[in-house]
Amino acid sequence: MKAVLPILAFAVLMGLAPLMVASNVVLNFLVFTLIIALAAQGWNLLGGYGGQYSFGHAAFFGTGAYVTAILQVRYGMNAYPAFTAGIGFAALVGLVIGFLAFRSGLRGSYFALVTLAFAEVFRVLANAAEMTGGAAGILIRLQANPANFQFAERGTFLWVALALVTLALLATLALERSRLGAQLVAVRENEAAAQALGVDVLAVKLRAITLSAAMTGAAGGLYAQYFLYLDANIAYGTWISVEALLAPIVGGAGTVFGPVLGAVILHGLGEATKSLAGSIPGIDLVIFGIVLILVVRFPPRDLPGLLRLRRRA
Amino acid sequence: MTGTGPDPAFLAVRGVTKRFGGLLAVNDATFDVGEGTITGLIGPNGAGKTTLFAVVAGFEKPTSGMVMLEGEDITGRKPHELARMGLARTFQIVQPFAGLTVRENIAVGAFLRVAKRSAALEVAEEVATQVGLADQLDKPAAALTVAGRKRLEVARALATRPKLLLLDEVLAGLNPSEVRDIVPVVQGIRASGITVLMIEHVMQAVMNLCSQVHVLAQGRIICSGTPAEVVAAPQVVEAYLGHGAAKRLQGATHA
Repeated sequence: MKAVLPILAFAVLMGLAPLMVASNVVLNFLVFTLIIALAAQGWNLLGGYGGQYSFGHAAFFGTGAYVTAILQVRYGMNAYPAFTAGIGFAALVGLVIGFLAFRSGLRGSYFALVTLAFAEVFRVLANAAEMTGGAAGILIRLQANPANFQFAERGTFLWVALALVTLALLATLALERSRLGAQLVAVRENEAAAQALGVDVLAVKLRAITLSAAMTGAAGGLYAQYFLYLDANIAYGTWISVEALLAPIVGGAGTVFGPVLGAVILHGLGEATKSLAGSIPGIDLVIFGIVLILVVRFPPRDLPGLLRLRRRA
Repeated sequence: MTGTGPDPAFLAVRGVTKRFGGLLAVNDATFDVGEGTITGLIGPNGAGKTTLFAVVAGFEKPTSGMVMLEGEDITGRKPHELARMGLARTFQIVQPFAGLTVRENIAVGAFLRVAKRSAALEVAEEVATQVGLADQLDKPAAALTVAGRKRLEVARALATRPKLLLLDEVLAGLNPSEVRDIVPVVQGIRASGITVLMIEHVMQAVMNLCSQVHVLAQGRIICSGTPAEVVAAPQVVEAYLGHGAAKRLQGATHA
């Protein structure tokens, strides 16, 4: 119960934002950060807890996003079941990629490269296919009505995104305390030892990548509902693969709050530099790069760890 | 073999051969481990003991031969399946989950039999007491001494509630007083009804613990018997000290 309190505190504080701030820029920033945090939380399940570093979480984000959009636009489905189906499809894609990669024993950089390759293949296909609108992209019709998972107020959408992120945090906490969580961490720390203790390494990794893909897919669906527009470079672009892994690595991989913290820090810094440096394109990415180098260069390799170290010193 | 009924041996290794390319690591090894015993597997360095362990525990598939546990053919089964069947092993080169505490390390083993975290942590505490790690439960595994890590290996394996425990040199690298501390732990394991097969170099411990010893040299089982018998066997002396050594030693005592 004690561990749930910080999550609830975060939800309440973040939930107050729309009541205190009217600025669309700020709310936009918060919603976007929440979407990234959700995608990053998905990455964290597999990468942070399981030690399987994916460079291709765009494959899941994009699938969640496209399925949510396509089912509405092409098949006239309501947004909520479309969003749910998007999560399901993303999970399925995760399971299939996981099966192909893990069954053949791919680990470390090989696994990272294969996931990157899958995401790129999806991007190219989505850019060419008719179903996805090709290079022109796909537009979800604007019908601001809660029944369509669209909201006139940004603040309302923030609450919805916040609810999903809170659920993801609670799910991560539950995983951390479950048998699957313990086995997943064991696999990360030492596969041979885990096997010797009766851990079915393949099964554990498959469960982890499926959950991970579902969560990142949910972020994709959320993105589609918020911006109402997708093209292949957004949905399956490398940017989201990088964001999804950068946030947990900076904030603390394999911790409940790492991804949220990382997303807030990175995007906070990014926005701050953008407003200070003005019109230099890509300046926020430069900042991301610098933060990543600093974090990886100095153990214990995440910001909370650096702070702990500082306090002890 | 007549083929009626199960093999009487608890663990039966039959004609196991393991070849790595041109290297014959284990050559037609056959031996038994009786239920409820502590059985030793000794032999000079490079004899193939650890490879043989890896085959029995499912980490390597034998090139030929068969391994049976309680009469059931377990050859080539995956390690996690064997663990579920009650076969646990430790590693000669200890493999702790370095980022986790001692408690969490042991709990991973316990999760094989229990689904709830609280139950797994309870088992971890119980097992830690059994192997003498009770006061180190909240230390990170990386902070343990060599002796502590060896105990942790044993504790994790015990937490899986095995029927058969394979110990790969748990005493290696320990000083004499640490060895004296662990010997009763192994006896306690046997007393709790677990059959033990141990690879060991520390002969003092082998003599104290094992009722039966198999000697592996150059991939072959060259001798089986009680510790006193194998130590006296000329082929064992020669395996360790070189060809003709048994004769010279005998000559020396008779002179």
